[in-house]
Amino acid sequence: MMLRIKRVPTVVSNYQKDEGEDAARRGGGCGRNCLQKCCIPGAKLPLYTFKRAEEIPGDKCVLEHDDNQAPVAFLDSLLLGQWEDRMQRGLFRYDVTACETKVIPGRCGFMAQLNEGRHLKKRPTEFRVDKVLQPFDGNKFNFTKVGQEEVLFQFDASEDGEVHFFPDAPVDADSSPSVVAINVSPIEYGHVLLIPRILECLPQRIDRESFLLALYMAIEAGNPYFRLGYNSLGAFATINHLHFQAYYLAVPFPIEKAPTRKVTTLGDGVKISELFDYPVRGLVFEGGNTLQDLSNAVSDACIFLQDNNIPHNVLIADCGKRIFLLPQQALGEVSSELLDTQVNPAVWEISGHMVLKRKKDYEEASEENAWRLLAEVSLSEERFEEVKALIFEACSYTLSEKEDEHLTQGAGDDKPPLEGTGSINKGRNCNMVSGTQECLVLQ
Amino acid sequence: MEPPQLGLIEQSFNSRYSNWAREALDELPDNFTITDPCISGHPIVFASRGFLKMSGYSRDQVVGRNGRMFQGPNTCRRSVMEIREAIREERGVEISLLNYRKDGTPFWMLFRMTPVFGKDEGRVIHFVAVQVPILRRRQRRRNGEGLCGEILSNSCRREVCSSSSVELAGVSAADSDCRVTALEIEEKCEASDTEKQLAATAIRNVLSVLTHYSESTGRLVCEKRFGPSFVSSSLHISLGRIKQSFVLVDPHLPDIPIVYASDAFLRMTGYARNEVLGQNCRFLTGVDTDPSALHQIKQSIQAQQACSVRILHYRKDKSSFWNLLHISPVRNATGKIAYFVGVQIEEGSVDRHGLSPEMRQLSVVGSIKVAVRISSP
Repeated sequence: MMLRIKRVPTVVSNYQKDEGEDAARRGGGCGRNCLQKCCIPGAKLPLYTFKRAEEIPGDKCVLEHDDNQAPVAFLDSLLLGQWEDRMQRGLFRYDVTACETKVIPGRCGFMAQLNEGRHLKKRPTEFRVDKVLQPFDGNKFNFTKVGQEEVLFQFDASEDGEVHFFPDAPVDADSSPSVVAINVSPIEYGHVLLIPRILECLPQRIDRESFLLALYMAIEAGNPYFRLGYNSLGAFATINHLHFQAYYLAVPFPIEKAPTRKVTTLGDGVKISELFDYPVRGLVFEGGNTLQDLSNAVSDACIFLQDNNIPHNVLIADCGKRIFLLPQQALGEVSSELLDTQVNPAVWEISGHMVLKRKKDYEEASEENAWRLLAEVSLSEERFEEVKALIFEACSYTLSEKEDEHLTQGAGDDKPPLEGTGSINKGRNCNMVSGTQECLVLQ
Repeated sequence: MEPPQLGLIEQSFNSRYSNWAREALDELPDNFTITDPCISGHPIVFASRGFLKMSGYSRDQVVGRNGRMFQGPNTCRRSVMEIREAIREERGVEISLLNYRKDGTPFWMLFRMTPVFGKDEGRVIHFVAVQVPILRRRQRRRNGEGLCGEILSNSCRREVCSSSSVELAGVSAADSDCRVTALEIEEKCEASDTEKQLAATAIRNVLSVLTHYSESTGRLVCEKRFGPSFVSSSLHISLGRIKQSFVLVDPHLPDIPIVYASDAFLRMTGYARNEVLGQNCRFLTGVDTDPSALHQIKQSIQAQQACSVRILHYRKDKSSFWNLLHISPVRNATGKIAYFVGVQIEEGSVDRHGLSPEMRQLSVVGSIKVAVRISSP
C-alpha cells in the first residue's frame, strides 16, 4: 500500500500550477521566458563565479568576512540587491517583512512567524512521501518552468581561480549552469533556491558535486545569518527537482545553540558530534582537512540515508563551518494530529523557525508545543543509534576506497596525503574507532 | 579587509577618557582588550601589555583588528557564536575559548567580556574583554598513555602558583603549562574558580579605571545602560558592515530625524556625525534643489513606499552634487515600519564590481532590512 499525505503545498514560483495543467501541452515556444529549450537560447543572466578552495592559500577557507562584523561580502550584496529588486517589482506573493515575528519564551529560543499568506487556500495536491528516491517527472512542476525574472543569477566555479561577476552573461546550456532563484512565498527576507545544474533536471537527491556547490555558496556569502537547507523527499520537500533553500535571519537558530557531544573524528579530519537536549536527534559535521573532505563526509552520509529510504534534512550554518544532518521518522508513523496542524517540520522548522498560518497558533505558540511538534519526527534513541552506526560505516568505507585509489594511483597523484594518518593501512575503520574516547565500537 | 583609520581608533579612546587613562591601564597586570562596536569592523582600540605578552603580538599588530584574528581552526564555533550574540545583545559573557598566539600555538583561556555604556547616549561605547589563560589540570582520561606525567606536573605547578594570583595573570607565552597537545585541544577546557575570580577582578580593575578617567572628560561611562538609545549597538554593528552612503530616519519622531548615518555618508557630505544625528535631511538641500523632488520624497514616505529621485544636494562646504537617492521603508519584528532608509549615490561614481547604481542601492536596502527585521522596538 502506497503512503500518501494530503498537504497544502507552497507556491515557490509564479509559474507553478496544479500538476494537472501541463505547460508542455502548449506547442512551440511558450512565450513565458522560462528556462526550457523554448526560451533559453539568447537568454542572459548575471553570473557569479567563485574561487575553489584549492586556490585559496594557507588554511582552508578562512575568509576575512566570515563574521557579522566584517564588510558585507560581494555575493551577499548581490543576492540581497537582486532580491530587493524583485520585491520592488512585485514578484513576491506578499511582503514577508510585514509578517510579525517573535522569539517564543523559553530556553531554546524558538522563533515563530505569523504568515497568513504563505499557504495556498485550495485543494491540496497529493504527493507520494514514502519513498526518498523518486525519478524526476517532467510533467510535474520543476524549476525549468520558472520565469527568467525569478532567477537572480547563475552561480558556478570560476575557471581561472579568481572571483568574477558578469552582470549580463549568456546562459550556456552546454555548460550545465547552476542558478539561484527567488522563492515567491518567502519564509524570510532573501529566501532563495539554489538549483544545481538546473537543465539536467536532477531529482531531489544529494550528490557530492551538488552538495559542494551549496557549501561554496554558504562560504561565499560569508554571513553567519545566511544558511542553506535541504529537505529530502519524505522530509517535506515539495518539489522533486534538486534544490537547496536559503534565507537570512540575523539571530542564531535554536539548533545552532543546542549543546553537542563529540562522537568521533574521521581520518580526514572531519569531526562529527551529536545534538543532545534538543527535540530532534541529529549529527553535526565540522572541520575536515579540506573543504572537500567536509563536503564529502556529509554527502556520503546523505547518500547512505537516501539509498536506505531514510528521510532527512540538512542545515548548512556558520558560513559552511557547521553542517547539521537530521534523519526523520518515516511519515507513515507520524501522528495525524501533527499533520492536521499543517506545520510541516522541514529543515527550517527543525532548526527552530516556525511559520504559522493561523493567528491562534501564533498567539498560543509555546516552547512546549514547538518541542513536541519537532520531537514527533525525530528518530527514536534506538533507531538513531542504529542509523548513526551505519552512517559511520558508510563514511569510513568511502574513506578506505579513497585510500585504495590513492595507493594504486602511485606517484604523480596531485592530492596531498591525508594528514595525521600515520601509516596508511587497510584497516581504516579501526583508526576511526581509536581516535577518541566516546565513539562507537564497530564490529 | 582594510583596518579602520588609526585616527578613528585614537578618537574612540581619547574622546572618552583622559590621557592618564592609558597609563593607568598600562599599570594593570591583567590581560585585556577594549573594543569599539561603533567603528566598522568592531576593532580593538586598546590592548594591555599582559595581553600582548600572552598573545605574542605587538600593539600595532593588534589595535585596529577584530578579535577573530586570535581564533583558528580548532576554536569551537559554537563558542564564537555565543560571543557574537552577547555582543549583539549588548550583554556580558564568560566562556572558555581556544585562541592562537602569533607563533600559531593554541592555548585555552577564560574569556570574559562586559559592555561599557555611555551615560549620555545610553548605548554601548566599548566592550572590555579579559583573558585568563587556563592552566591544564588533571583530566579524566581513559587512555592513560603519555599524558599522565605532563598533567601531574601541571597540577603540581598550579598548586604552587595558586597563592600568587599576579603570577598567574601574567603568564607569558614562554610558559609550557598552557601549551596544548593535539589531543588536548579536542577537550573543552573548563576554568577553575580561581581563574574565574581572576577574570572578575580584572574586569573590575579595568572598569574602575575607565569610569574614573571618563569623569574628567565629562563623557561618563558606566556598567549599566542609562536611559533610552536611538539605534542599538547591535544594529550599529550590522549597519557598520555596509560600506555605502546611507542614513536611517525615524518617521515616528517629530520632524523625522536621522538616527543613523554611515561613515560614507559623512565623507560624501562633509559633515561630522554629531552634526547630522537628530536632524532632518533637509540640511542637504539648497537654493537650486528642485522642490518637486522633495515633494516626491515626502509623498513616498507618507504612502510608505519606496522611491528613487535624482536630486541636487549640497555638502557642508556648500558645493553641490547630483544625488541619485533611493528611499525605502524598513520594518522591524512587529511587521510595522521602524525606519526609512535613504541611500545616496553620487551621479557618475563607478562600482568596482560593475553593479549599476540601482543595484548597489538595492543591496544596501536588503542588508538593512535583514538587520532591522529581527530588532524589536
